[in-house]
Amino acid sequence: MLDAIDRRIITATQDGFPLVAHPYRTVGQMIGVDETEVIARLDRLLADGAIRRIGVIPNHYALGYTANGMSVWDVADEAVAGIGARIGALDFVTHCYERPRHLPIWPYNLFAMVHGRSRDEVRDKVARIADLIGAAARVHDILFSTRILKKTGLRIAA
Amino acid sequence: MGIYDPTERAIINGLQGGFPLTHEPFADAGARIGLSEGEVIDGVQCLVANGSISRFGPLWNAEGLGGEVCLAAIAVPPEHFDQVASQVNAHPEVAHNYERTHALNMWFVISVDRPERIAGVIEAIEAETGLKVYSMPKKREFFVGFRVEV
Repeated sequence: MLDAIDRRIITATQDGFPLVAHPYRTVGQMIGVDETEVIARLDRLLADGAIRRIGVIPNHYALGYTANGMSVWDVADEAVAGIGARIGALDFVTHCYERPRHLPIWPYNLFAMVHGRSRDEVRDKVARIADLIGAAARVHDILFSTRILKKTGLRIAA
Repeated sequence: MGIYDPTERAIINGLQGGFPLTHEPFADAGARIGLSEGEVIDGVQCLVANGSISRFGPLWNAEGLGGEVCLAAIAVPPEHFDQVASQVNAHPEVAHNYERTHALNMWFVISVDRPERIAGVIEAIEAETGLKVYSMPKKREFFVGFRVEV
């Protein structure tokens, strides 16, 4: 799916675009293709979903979003699709996935990550999700992160 | 957390997506948020330099690139937590690892270039730690429209 030029573009931009007036021309000069080729390929990678979006990649902690709660819900399997779509549409949810349960230790099948400036703010936001889900959620929990043990970015070999 | 001036706020709040794929993208992006090309470039440079933003450019999707990511969790006895963290983190395929408030107290993401490698990483971690790894691959992803606001 990715060819050698795509991979060179990824390698050249994974720490960000050159901050110059013509960044795509500069990327092209770095990897030996012209500006229009770089633009066309980025356009295709975006359309294909290989790129989620282009712009500011915020540092949540530095911007004050220091609390991070993974809210987890046990929702009837047949209701997950509709509820997940509504939760994902909330502007404070960063990720929303259906995942498998592992009974008895893990009864939850719907995950919604919530970021906030404090744990109380996260709890308030999770309460709004609870209101949205209503009786369809049989049980839920919030797992706050207490330590980052490892965090590395995506690394693609050229 | 810093106090941001209007230029910085416009960049953070207004450029979290949709950066133009054009000949002069900083000028075109600036026109959308009321800034000049130079203000956008200088502002982004400052925000990267002071750590407010991690970088400026594409957010790559590992799965869209042909790889696969899998969330996994372990219930680690507290007295062995640091040792198990070292064992898990030693795998280069483990991209993120967080301590969380639950009996399943260690949550990590395995990121590989070929999907079939996930099982091997999980088996290796189970053998090294003697603990069960609960694999939680996503079955479905819901669209999210998250933006930070400063």
